[in-house]
Amino acid sequence: MSAKLDALKSDSYIEISQYRDQHFKGNRYEQEKLLKQSNTLYVGNLSFYTTEEQVHELFSKCGDVKRIVIGLDKVKKTACGFCFVEYYTRGDAENAMRFVNGTRLDDRIIRTDWDAGFKEGRQYGRGKSGGQ
Amino acid sequence: YLDCLWAQIQKLKKDRWQERHILRPYIAFDSVLCEALQHNLPPFTPPGHMPDAQYPIPRVIFRMFDYTDAPEGPVMPGSHSVERFVIEENLHCIIKTHWRERKTCAAQLLSYPGKNKIPLNYHIVEVIFGELFQLPLPSHLDVMYTTLLIELCKLQPGSLPQVLAQATEMLYMRLDTMNTTCIDRFINWFSHHLSNFQFRWSWDDWADCLTMDLEKPKPKFVKEVLEKSMRLSYHQRIVDIVPPTFSALIPAEPIFSFKYGEETGSSLPGYPVSITVSNAIKNRASNEEILTILREVPNPNQEDDDDEGESFNPLKIDVFLQTLLHLAAKSFSHSFSALGKFHEILKTLTESDDGKLHILKVVYEVWRNHPQMIAVLVDKMIRTQIVDCAAVANWLFSQDMAHEFTRLFTWEILHSTIRKMNKHVQKIQKELEESKDKLEKQQHKRRDSGDDEDMEKNSEEDEEGQLEEQIERLQEKVESAQSEQKNLFLVIFQRFIMLLTEHLVRCETGSVDISTPWYKNCIERLQQVFLMHHGTIQQYMGTLENLLFTAELDHHILAVYQQFCALQL
Repeated sequence: MSAKLDALKSDSYIEISQYRDQHFKGNRYEQEKLLKQSNTLYVGNLSFYTTEEQVHELFSKCGDVKRIVIGLDKVKKTACGFCFVEYYTRGDAENAMRFVNGTRLDDRIIRTDWDAGFKEGRQYGRGKSGGQ
Repeated sequence: YLDCLWAQIQKLKKDRWQERHILRPYIAFDSVLCEALQHNLPPFTPPGHMPDAQYPIPRVIFRMFDYTDAPEGPVMPGSHSVERFVIEENLHCIIKTHWRERKTCAAQLLSYPGKNKIPLNYHIVEVIFGELFQLPLPSHLDVMYTTLLIELCKLQPGSLPQVLAQATEMLYMRLDTMNTTCIDRFINWFSHHLSNFQFRWSWDDWADCLTMDLEKPKPKFVKEVLEKSMRLSYHQRIVDIVPPTFSALIPAEPIFSFKYGEETGSSLPGYPVSITVSNAIKNRASNEEILTILREVPNPNQEDDDDEGESFNPLKIDVFLQTLLHLAAKSFSHSFSALGKFHEILKTLTESDDGKLHILKVVYEVWRNHPQMIAVLVDKMIRTQIVDCAAVANWLFSQDMAHEFTRLFTWEILHSTIRKMNKHVQKIQKELEESKDKLEKQQHKRRDSGDDEDMEKNSEEDEEGQLEEQIERLQEKVESAQSEQKNLFLVIFQRFIMLLTEHLVRCETGSVDISTPWYKNCIERLQQVFLMHHGTIQQYMGTLENLLFTAELDHHILAVYQQFCALQL
């Protein structure tokens, strides 16, 4: 009976995904712990022209945004399609996972995922040519 | 709500309690149930009124549609039929249960049992807008409803978008009488919704707003929608999506307005220092060096060369801030970085209340075409204590900002400022509670520990002493924060009263109707402050009544206060 009732409280959009950052300094357990407490989201599939202002406007609908770091091509130092959004509270970040993930920004469907926390250097793309 | 429900029950009684929408799964088991043990329901007396009883706040049932709006298919149950009540309750219940998972929520709404008997899409849209426009606050975040409607459009692409368009049109037609807070939500919803559908809309249908005074609700609404839409895209996009006839409603290009540019500013008194400061910043000069440079800026407020040093010099603030923000204009991050790097200088310049007010004035002057930037800079300046909340309130109500008084960004900044103040007080209160709990635990530990070595006892007493000191400090901090909070509300309400009284007196003397668009906006914004922050304002009701909302006040203004008290929130 309680298993059925649990379905009523289902909140799957805020669960952590299967992705783990390979460059994370620490073990899997530590990474997962940070992900579960994090106020920071990774945002992917942005257009290269998407600005900090646009990201701020959209994500502010879920709460006060503490910081946005636009992802950069490591070589060209230009925007390369991802960013980090940090909120002051986890609750606001959860709302972004529920209501912004999978909707459009600058005409593209963007994807949000939990991030263990921004550290200097993580704003650079890790692709072979310097991009994502 | 109660009036409506009462009418519905009375009609149900007239219909001999016949109702066909509530699910009755027990009917299938009638043969078993009628053989089972029967129980008599005991009589039930509802409790009487008690002085300390807490009632739910009054609710208005939101209705948009009647059966004439859904001409094809099943008929929409009348507004005083109990079927309407049952359907609405069930739809609200589905949203309450599944709001966290929008795909499930949309699917559950669309598979409502009995959907073949009713124009379901109309009911769903009406219930969702009813929640979105609920006063004082919606049950959930505005953005939940936006994404829910998007999911519904995805699941029913052939029918739901049309109903939504019809609803939007109906709301547009009623903007003249729509509550200002609801118009805000309508603007935010519509612009966000459009941004998910390539901003496709039949703007020409709204060409009537082009011939009206721009302060009227309809053109104002379109203007604000286009401004919000631009924030989610970019200026050229907005130019491209509206017909050329709408050009007067298109927002300004959000670019920096630099006073000390070479062409326009070279003759201004602050120009030479602006150049020097700009170079100094680019060459990474220290704060002391920059402050020295700034001492060269003449003070228009002072007759003689009063070498007092740091008295309020508006021109100094103007030159430094204009130059700094100009260098940092590229993005939010650049501007935040600039505020952070030169925090010391900014704090020095804004020590006085005049200084705080002036810095806000300069931020507005340079970024007046980019209200989004103004908002984020003001937010940062409050958080880094370059300005305080009361300064922001005074600035927004000042004569300099009178022409922006009815714009949405003004109120977004004000409410954001109030929220920051509230969160600040709550944070310190929480720290105080935590420290008190910690002390209690320590004291219990000491009492329970019995005969320990003297050394341990001493260190425990030290810890307790430290905690007691900390609690005293936090207590002071809480009192100081609450005092600041009370003062903020006093400033805001006082300013409202001044502006409204001025308007009412002017109209009375000129025998002019008081109900201008400005007045409707202002009086509803006053209501909005009460409703949006009722939890906090409750604590200061006594002061408000004694100092501001006294019997001498014009009855139009006093009515707002009295209505708020009557809600007993």
